[in-house]
Amino acid sequence: MDTTVIILSGGLSHEREISLHSGHRVSEELRGHGFTVVETDLQGNLIELIKESDHPIVFPLLHGGSGEDGAVREVLELLDATYIGSSAASCRVSFDKAIAVPLVAQTGVRTPKRVVLPHDMFRDLGASTLLDLISTKLGLPLIVKPTMSGSALGYTKVTSLDDLPGAMVLAYSFGRVAVIEEFIEGTEVAVPVVDYADGPRAYPPVEIRPNSGVYDFEARYTPGATDFISPADLPESTLDACRAVALAGHRALGLRDLSRADIIVTPEGEPVFLEMSVAPGMTDTSVLPLSIESAGESFADVLAHLVRQAAER
Amino acid sequence: MGVPEKRRETNLDMYSDAYAERTSGMVASAVRSLFSVANRPEVVSLAGGMPNIADLPLDSISDSVAALIREHGPKVMQYGAAQGEPRIREQICDVMALEGITGDPDDVVVSCGSQQMLDLVTRTFIDPGDVILAEAPSYVGALGTFRAYQAQVIHVAMDEHGLEPEALRHAVLTCRAQGKSVKFVYTIPNFNNPTGLTQTLERRREILAVAEEVDLLIVEDNPYGLLGIDIDPLPAIRSLDSERVIYLGSFSKTFAPGFRVGWALAPGPVKDKLILGQEAATLCPPVFSQFAISTYLETWDWQGQIVKFRQMYRERRDAMLRGLDDHMPVAATWTKPQGGFFVWMTLPEGFDSQQLLARAVTHRVAYVPGDAFYIDGLGTRNMRLSYCFPTPEQIYEGTRRLGEVLKEEAELRQTFGFVDSLDNKSTSTPALDSPSTGITGPSLESLSPTSPVAPSETGATASSHRTDH
Ligand SMILES: Cc1ncc(COP(=O)(O)O)c(C=O)c1O
Repeated sequence: MDTTVIILSGGLSHEREISLHSGHRVSEELRGHGFTVVETDLQGNLIELIKESDHPIVFPLLHGGSGEDGAVREVLELLDATYIGSSAASCRVSFDKAIAVPLVAQTGVRTPKRVVLPHDMFRDLGASTLLDLISTKLGLPLIVKPTMSGSALGYTKVTSLDDLPGAMVLAYSFGRVAVIEEFIEGTEVAVPVVDYADGPRAYPPVEIRPNSGVYDFEARYTPGATDFISPADLPESTLDACRAVALAGHRALGLRDLSRADIIVTPEGEPVFLEMSVAPGMTDTSVLPLSIESAGESFADVLAHLVRQAAER
Repeated sequence: MGVPEKRRETNLDMYSDAYAERTSGMVASAVRSLFSVANRPEVVSLAGGMPNIADLPLDSISDSVAALIREHGPKVMQYGAAQGEPRIREQICDVMALEGITGDPDDVVVSCGSQQMLDLVTRTFIDPGDVILAEAPSYVGALGTFRAYQAQVIHVAMDEHGLEPEALRHAVLTCRAQGKSVKFVYTIPNFNNPTGLTQTLERRREILAVAEEVDLLIVEDNPYGLLGIDIDPLPAIRSLDSERVIYLGSFSKTFAPGFRVGWALAPGPVKDKLILGQEAATLCPPVFSQFAISTYLETWDWQGQIVKFRQMYRERRDAMLRGLDDHMPVAATWTKPQGGFFVWMTLPEGFDSQQLLARAVTHRVAYVPGDAFYIDGLGTRNMRLSYCFPTPEQIYEGTRRLGEVLKEEAELRQTFGFVDSLDNKSTSTPALDSPSTGITGPSLESLSPTSPVAPSETGATASSHRTDH
């Protein structure tokens, strides 16, 4: 194979380090498959690099910030570069949780009750009044998180109203918009989706059981700190329902090539859609490779498929 | 997919049940991961402690290293003595003489940076549960080593003149009364990492007097002593007593850290143990590095080079202090180091420097959150700002960005009803010009039924006993 794959990772977002790990792992897998791989950061010479390469396939593995909000992909489209993953337009939609979650909800999928607000609203209208309104509407416990960061950065589970202002301040240190949503008790699962010629395919839902009880940054990126069960230890019908939710999200948001849906399954077996990632993690502790392998496929083969599929566009 | 898959359970680390207990703190951290952004050129990193060695005479070093290999290759690339090479041990004594130390090359043990000597000293003295008294705050790398040997680290307060002798005595006596075995006190007397503070000569004598009174070993860690900006080297504690002090030195800041050469000057019996420990750990410290440094010291005006370093760091320190004066809100305070690499900043009550780092990274400036320098979660409203590496212009710009970060955070906190203002001098925060600001500690409440001590008017005592949770 003489296709050159440009792996784009790093960037200046809070998830830079995770992105570098994802980029490195994907590079290794694709090199093992015989592709010529060039790894690059999001930096000044990127446009030159793409222009100088012979019909490269760009694989953006940037997490957070401009890597997921569509900005980088907008530039790739400007360059007429072939790239793996969702378009700039659908990234803009899916990365803005204020828009994405209601769109997925319209397909009939349950989503948590939530409020999405920029911090100036609190300043202009009075925080205590607004927070009272929100907590009356959503109850406790609540999850507070920034809209523009993944990896559980800036994420707090609030069990007492006294902790809510602090949680808001933390979420807003990662960006100007925050999500406050009802906490859903249940089994945490993640479902990767990969596009094939015959349509998107949902891979086995992976159950996430952090030893500490919380799937925070430490639990995500310390090998051994979380047990993963793939497919999740749930009835077959529930697994199918999770897959259906992931596919509904992937389609509703117009996503391409690959995505990952994060879902909570209630004790009654109902999947509740939390969010969709257009740049799922590919690190050694990430869910997507695990799910693919538990389906009896090789992660490298699936990556190679994504490259070939993009090359044919 | 119609075919049901085989269920697989994994935690992704087949060895997770096999690790020693001492690895339990070795986990991924969101704060640490943010530092990866700090390495990008767009970011002004006031986080790293890398010495600025761009001005070293690279041509002459490369010539002499080439000659070293050409003329003495088989010797300088061979195994060597566990204690270190004789020539460099003599030269190390010349270096230490600048700080008043009369040492015998025979009592010097060379190590792979002073970091490895910290490891050797700790493994030589510490059984799990033994107490190490450490200044509050202390060098993060030492705390990591102490933790790895399962020491119980207990912090001892500092004021603007460094480690407080009374607090030291109190800590030793309280620990002993509780049946604990106190093995040594760890102190960085010059341009302390992270506070930038320096012990006066008087203070050194007082610390030594307490150590004699309660029969305590002192580990004096002194990588920055020759890098005074406003002051010439003060006599090392070791220069005042040869039996009670293990002195640690390093070429990392006065020459270059990549060679990884540091040392200890230790009382005879301790030295013997350190040599055996070195043999077990590494067989011998890096031989080639030792010869390269010997050659540098012989062929280059290394003292003149240090004068240049001091001038270079002066410009940087001044840029930082000017920047902080220009951009920091009134209620933040910071130390004014007379040398070394670091300024220690204290934010108004309620601010959390770990949490602030995300916003700082967005503004493309980075620092080290203060809690890294405490074993017990103190330091949450402190930050270590280093001025050693970026250019003076970058440093000034970094402080401007930091000022914006604080302003935004203050606004946000105000919005959410937190009553801390950046514009008022808060009553609990000493004035700007008090370098004792922020030297929080000691966590002796648990040790002493009579603490906390009532705040005094001077601010120093008050701040030393203020907890910072
Ligand atoms: C106080 C202190 N001790 C020890 C060290 C370790 O230095 P090295 O191992 O390079 O000699 C450092 C490095 O930053 C330090 O600041």
